[in-house]
Amino acid sequence: MTSLVILDFDAAGIKQPSRSAIAAAARLGDVHVLVAGENVRNIAEQAAKLAGVSKVLVADEAAYAHHLAEPMAALIMSVAGNYSHILQAATASGKNVLPRVAALLDVQPISDISDVVDADTFVRPIYAGNAMATVKSADKVKIITVRAASFDPVAVEGGAAPVEAISAARPAEKSAYVGEEISKSERPELTAARIIISGGRGMQAGDNFAKLIEPIADKLGAAVGASRAAVDAGFVPNDYQVGQTGKIVAPELYIAVGISGAIQHLAGMKDSKVIVAINKDEDAPIFQVADYGLVGDLFTILPELEKAL
Amino acid sequence: MKLLVAVKRVVDYNVKVRVKSDGSGVETAGVKMSMNPFDEIAVEEAVRLKEKGIASEIIAVSIGVTQAQETIRTALAMGADRGILVETETAVEPLAVAKILKEVALKEDVEAVILGKQAIDDDMNATGQMLAALLDWPQATFASKVEIADGAATVTREIDGGLETVKLTLPAVITADLRLNEPRYASLPNIMKARKKTIDTLKPADLNVDITPRLTLINVSEPPTRKAGIKVPDVASLVEKLRNEAKVI
Ligand SMILES: Cc1cc2nc3c(=O)[nH]c(=O)nc-3n(C[C@H](O)[C@H](O)[C@H](O)COP(=O)(O)OP(=O)(O)OC[C@H]3O[C@@H](n4cnc5c(N)ncnc54)[C@H](O)[C@@H]3O)c2cc1C
Ligand SMILES: Nc1ncnc2c1ncn2[C@@H]1O[C@H](COP(=O)(O)O)[C@@H](O)[C@H]1O
Repeated sequence: MTSLVILDFDAAGIKQPSRSAIAAAARLGDVHVLVAGENVRNIAEQAAKLAGVSKVLVADEAAYAHHLAEPMAALIMSVAGNYSHILQAATASGKNVLPRVAALLDVQPISDISDVVDADTFVRPIYAGNAMATVKSADKVKIITVRAASFDPVAVEGGAAPVEAISAARPAEKSAYVGEEISKSERPELTAARIIISGGRGMQAGDNFAKLIEPIADKLGAAVGASRAAVDAGFVPNDYQVGQTGKIVAPELYIAVGISGAIQHLAGMKDSKVIVAINKDEDAPIFQVADYGLVGDLFTILPELEKAL
Repeated sequence: MKLLVAVKRVVDYNVKVRVKSDGSGVETAGVKMSMNPFDEIAVEEAVRLKEKGIASEIIAVSIGVTQAQETIRTALAMGADRGILVETETAVEPLAVAKILKEVALKEDVEAVILGKQAIDDDMNATGQMLAALLDWPQATFASKVEIADGAATVTREIDGGLETVKLTLPAVITADLRLNEPRYASLPNIMKARKKTIDTLKPADLNVDITPRLTLINVSEPPTRKAGIKVPDVASLVEKLRNEAKVI
């Protein structure tokens, strides 16, 4: 049994969630990975060194530069016949591309798995993580996206896999990349951070993230996250959102500030190892999942916390 | 142009579901049901496209039990023109939903299908992508802005690092993310008007779609629960706990 894992990466390298997807695939047998993009030779070299990878497929063409679903699905289809399982981390790209591949293969995908039971059977959260479903697939190929927070990533070093170039006929161009606005930050990425501090509607303004949250994040080497309410209010960009429909995170330490703890937010962070909640409402539901709760006004607590660190 | 919107009847997003003690699923008896929140956003976007004179007709489709009619009525009250219920008593997986929507899209000769990005019951996030594949149409998932002009849709998408814009040649499939718009509440006169709009009912077999599930549900269990924590009196004790007890900073 051999699995293919589609890798997510950017100029800085292979994304940590992809290393978690490899860890999930390794539970099933041999693992090959696919690096698709433009000028990706260095990424392919990094991929070859990943622990647990036995072959790297590389498609180096401008058509794959932005991982548009249509050419990516056609590329994956060109090699799909060799694999029992095709996986990708449940990143925006994985969620966009893999269901398209599944439909082309006439397969029902298995989204966002949090555990591997056997080659056909997987556990996945449903209802915003309020229930865990164990499902067994009858399809001949399994198409799977992986909840990265549930699998420890494989090591960046340890492998020495051969690299093989592949190419595929491209579908008629019906979609085109126009542009992107990527938020730039020196801080760790949410899905890879050891510590996260998130702010909610209680922050009242974007400036208060800069004044009160960021100095603490700097001291702790933490990533900054947010609730949907904080994103919708325009305090921070959309990619800060943690939750059912934002990023799913499970850091060592998650600090929730001025966040009430709606089920949709909890869905994205309740597997964190240690949770701290700072909220002026002692009945806020966030305290039901917090290891350490501090009731009070964030505008006095955060400056004190920064000083105490 | 004609638009199709897919609307699913799901457990209301405010309900905290409970797992049945025999592990066969979650308790849905007597639980409030509503339109999937992302589908409300999809309907709203379609209605706005009609108000701008870009869409000529909006057809709302739901696949599910008889009561899914209510979900279609909600879409009609928001401004959709007519509805189609593809009725089935058994749960239908995204692959089969996509096959049904494909048949409806082709039969109705629509130029775009707008869906929610994710149903909040199964959290699959797959149907729109699968529909696009089956139709061999381009797709724009997780849309936060849609502009349609000259036979193309320019869509801004929410991606992990920020936003991405793609341009699709119509016909195309779009899935709605949370920030695409704020869905309207249907006004009373519009709810009354919606009662007169037609809803056609079909069976999956009428569309020649096999809805046999590919996934067998082995068991549904409670997620691991967290132990109740403690309240700390002040910042100093918080920092002390994090350093010496939890050892995370
Ligand atoms: C389909 C769907 C998907 C969703 N997905 C997500 C998601 O992915 N992520 C997400 O987060 N939400 C999501 N939501 C929204 C979610 O339901 C809540 O509305 C949202 O999480 C609330 O954000 P909040 O806690 O910041 O705001 P609120 O609920 O308004 O809470 C603000 C909190 O701040 C506290 N506060 C205010 N001032 C202070 C102060 N000075 N000091 C201390 N505390 C203070 C208040 O006591 C309150 O508890 C989704 C909703 C839907 C319908
Ligand atoms: N039974 C259904 N009836 C109508 N639309 C559906 C149904 N199932 C899924 N959809 C549509 O597909 C979207 C994504 O669902 P899913 O792939 O199940 O997360 C939903 O937001 C709906 O727009």
